[in-house]
Amino acid sequence: MKPAKFEYHDPHSIEETLDLLKQYGWDAKILAGGQSLVPTLNFRLASPKVIIDINKVKDLDYVQETDGKLAIGAMTRQTTLELSEMVRSKCGLLSDATELIGHPQTRNRGTVGGSIVHADPTAELTAIALALDAEMVIVSTEGKRTDSADDFFISVMTTNLEPEEMLVEVRFPVLPSRTGWAFEEFALRHGDFAVVGVTTTITLDADEVCTDARLAAIGVDETAFRDSSVEEILKGEKITDLVLQEVGDKLSEKVDPFDDLHASAAQRKHLVGALAKRSLQKAKTMAVHNSKRKK
Amino acid sequence: MVVAPPKTKTAKKEAQETSKYVGQSVKRREDPRLLTGRGTFVDDIKMPNMHHAAILRSPRPHARIISIDPSKALAHPGVTTVLTGAEVGDKSLPFPVGVVAPFKYYSAAVDKVRYVGEPVAVVVASDRYVAEDALDLIEVEYDPLPPVVKPEDALDPDAAILHEELGNNIGCHRELDYGDVDGAFAEADLILKERFVFPRYSSLPLETYAVISDHDATTGVVTVRSNFMGPFSMHAVTARALNIDENKLRFIVPSDIGGSFGIKSSIYPYIVLISLAAIKAGRPVKWIEDRQEHLLASSCQTDRVAYREVAVKNDGTLTGIKSKVIENVGAYLRAPEPACTFRPIGNFVGPYKVQNVRIDAYDVMTNKCPTGPNRGYGCQQIYFEQERMMDHIAEELDLDPIEVRRRNLIPAEEIPYTTPMGGIYDSGNYQKGMDLVVEMSQYEKLRQKQEEARKENRLFGIGIATGIDPSVSNMGYITVALPPEVRAKPGYLPKSGSAESATIQMNQRGKVSVSMNTTPQGQGHETVVSQIVADELGIRPEDVVVIDEFDTAKHGWFISSGTYASRFASVGTSAAVLAARKLKKKIIRLASALLLVSEDDLVIEGGTVVSKSDSEKSITVKRVAGTAHWNLELLPDDIEAGLQARAVFRFPSNVAPDSQDRVNSSNTYGFMAEICVVEVDRDSGEVKIIDWFSVHDAGTVINPMLMEGQIYGGALHGIGGALYEELSYDDEGQMLAGNFMQYVCPTSVEAPKLNIGHICSPSPLTPLGSKGAGESSTETAPAAVASAVADALRPLGININELPLNPKKVWTLIHEPQPENN
Repeated sequence: MKPAKFEYHDPHSIEETLDLLKQYGWDAKILAGGQSLVPTLNFRLASPKVIIDINKVKDLDYVQETDGKLAIGAMTRQTTLELSEMVRSKCGLLSDATELIGHPQTRNRGTVGGSIVHADPTAELTAIALALDAEMVIVSTEGKRTDSADDFFISVMTTNLEPEEMLVEVRFPVLPSRTGWAFEEFALRHGDFAVVGVTTTITLDADEVCTDARLAAIGVDETAFRDSSVEEILKGEKITDLVLQEVGDKLSEKVDPFDDLHASAAQRKHLVGALAKRSLQKAKTMAVHNSKRKK
Repeated sequence: MVVAPPKTKTAKKEAQETSKYVGQSVKRREDPRLLTGRGTFVDDIKMPNMHHAAILRSPRPHARIISIDPSKALAHPGVTTVLTGAEVGDKSLPFPVGVVAPFKYYSAAVDKVRYVGEPVAVVVASDRYVAEDALDLIEVEYDPLPPVVKPEDALDPDAAILHEELGNNIGCHRELDYGDVDGAFAEADLILKERFVFPRYSSLPLETYAVISDHDATTGVVTVRSNFMGPFSMHAVTARALNIDENKLRFIVPSDIGGSFGIKSSIYPYIVLISLAAIKAGRPVKWIEDRQEHLLASSCQTDRVAYREVAVKNDGTLTGIKSKVIENVGAYLRAPEPACTFRPIGNFVGPYKVQNVRIDAYDVMTNKCPTGPNRGYGCQQIYFEQERMMDHIAEELDLDPIEVRRRNLIPAEEIPYTTPMGGIYDSGNYQKGMDLVVEMSQYEKLRQKQEEARKENRLFGIGIATGIDPSVSNMGYITVALPPEVRAKPGYLPKSGSAESATIQMNQRGKVSVSMNTTPQGQGHETVVSQIVADELGIRPEDVVVIDEFDTAKHGWFISSGTYASRFASVGTSAAVLAARKLKKKIIRLASALLLVSEDDLVIEGGTVVSKSDSEKSITVKRVAGTAHWNLELLPDDIEAGLQARAVFRFPSNVAPDSQDRVNSSNTYGFMAEICVVEVDRDSGEVKIIDWFSVHDAGTVINPMLMEGQIYGGALHGIGGALYEELSYDDEGQMLAGNFMQYVCPTSVEAPKLNIGHICSPSPLTPLGSKGAGESSTETAPAAVASAVADALRPLGININELPLNPKKVWTLIHEPQPENN
């Protein structure tokens, strides 16, 4: 469990990093928090010729409000999502869901950008990004582009990032008032990769009728899974047990999950529906609570 | 939380009456050095000119090796040498093992690989990184053979054969018959039969295997520093494989081993392999097993299939057991296997009075990693099968599961009790233990809670398990693996015993140091020995230095030395007590000579030897010690100079198996009773432990804090096997659990809070009355969890006969009912 030999660079600026990426392309791999890359190197599942360690790059670790969005720098540690007051007040789902990502020790190192770019199909942040239509801010020596989460995630650990490109920021929407949220997840142990997880948000009007609902699931597809037909069931409805049942059933029907050592496809299909119901129930309760608070 | 049982004299209270430190939760003196990174582990040791080894392992479960070409690896900069399996075949002998089956096991695959992860070649290089780079450069050509994976498949006449010289895959087969089994079944009111599957899992010590081997070409001595922890009978096995005299194989074990739980007994094939590499390299070679190697190819316990049939009377009395056991010992039956089958032979019936037992035991070889001791060694499997049957009996006869067990417990007045297999239970009060766990758990209330939960359609279960915890193996038990006619042959050397020694010395100013042979793996032996010696000599623990490094060239040791099979609390401590008493006797004798007072009239009080009849006559221990070291003129001729004592403790009841295969397989026998409460989530299949009550009788408890730690660790180890852990293989023999994402081991977060209770039936066989406890709940926890989950799922008509009860399995049982067996 020793990595193969690699060339190591530790640039101090984004420009320097982009130059290195341009120079080495596919041969290079960016090291952010290292919580996935380092084990991958040690297992020799990957043996990149060049490691570009961006821990010394300034100006990638921040949380700020930009153009009405919550902008999070790619090197922001996951712990910051838990602790930042701004994250909590603008997009509390991120704060609440972060405790499901690994353990305090891994969150102290693991980064927001690293998790998004790694695109593990069970990563909580990928589901939240997809559900909330987060935007990815991507740079290269050629310039800057913005991509939607929907386009960004392609498959298992595959995004549309080109080898010379780098994710620098993720923008989440500020959650509207009268909104509740939840992330319900089943993992074999506390802090493990999710077997299945479902994140939801629900926005209610004054009569507790759902005006907006978002739902994304992990552990049931090659990327986080979202389907508008599932969300549509909720919109314009009062959130009753009957509606939740319908959503759960629809979601179970829509997904086409896989078998592995720890869960069967049938189990995942069943569980995603059950977790969707639990997640929506929680989100609704919170939305009702938040609506009352606003009055 | 420790619940002090009401109306029960606790071990602690009892100990306080007679001693000062034994029975106290004295803090671990090992902790400061371990917690500040100052321990001495094998990997901390650096030898001059030392190089590093990496092992090329087979990616195939079963294949003939056509060729190995190490030339590219040898040409790689930094590589010292490459040792291939063929060379291992030339330079070493097969490992001896105590069965009659004639197969050959070497430390690396010689011409055929038989499991994924089997060593094929060793690279020695200037550092481990280079050594691993070179592994990729060795070219091996394999000719694949069909694999055999599951225990029962190994017995299929059409199965591939692993060892051609054997003609089948049976490493050991014994039919053991005790009492009148046929009579019991003929007279039974009820006969029940079930099939059980028990998984293979391991212990995951924090420190993996570690070996440094150094060969002195002039003397021929091979010096091995490793975290081997005994039994030192494996030293003899290692010397034989290296084909050197035993006095030329020196084992050194540093003061710290980072956990073992049994599995480091099985490190010795790597000692041979790395020693052969060191001999070839002509320099010391270090090999540290990495975690991937550990999960793939370290030792683990067997997986097994068992059929159990019980004869029962209408009142719930168990009168007979027929057990067919197929233990999967992996690719090579490796010593001390087939001990998995025979270690618990004396306590096969647990705390129950059943007299008629038949065991048809197979140890089969398959294309899986070889097995060895793992905490609980053989007992968790037996108690899983036994306690599931108890629940079935209760269900069939409409009895409460507590009641059916109570009706079968051996009564206290019959103890010491000899089991039909020859085990001699030294002390105990099982009814009292059962009473306590029932009282602590408020069992009746739990049943009410269950009724309420079931009304709400919740899956709530209460599980019960009892067991006998055997400690200190009688080395003779393993020879039950041989048929009696083999053991009866002239020239056969019978085996028995379980001795241990301790050495104590007092320096010229009256301070004490003790040297032990117990290769501690984190248990706190230094702390415990300091408590014991302080009490014996009337001094403070902080005045006792305890050294527990081991060196076969310097210590007096036994083939049974080391710490395994819960030996220390019974035998290691007893050796320390005897050594301290011997020293004390010598102090008194010397004082008697100096004071001209008879020995009978002298006592040691507060550091002074004083005459009982004339308190004017006294001499400080310090002065006695000073005289013994500095002024030999005053010493009578028949007293040795200095103040050293070495004592050996051995149990009287250790005899070799008789012609009826009866053997007292262990020496002291503890008891545990568990009640476990669970709730099962229908949607995920997850089993949540709601509550746990655990009652123990380990005789005198020397350090309650250490024992509580052992109970927690043991229970969690058992819970791991019951709910989480499995070294899974696919049908093709590929290992599926080679990393910590796939091999799921519970951590402190998953550990339930245990409500622990004690009763104390001191062992009459040990000076302190103590027994082992480190394996206790490991043996009963899987049975307790299975019992609880079965109870939770009973409304759904689901039977539980297989572990682990992970979410996938439980979910499938609930949602996809299917015929049993796999």
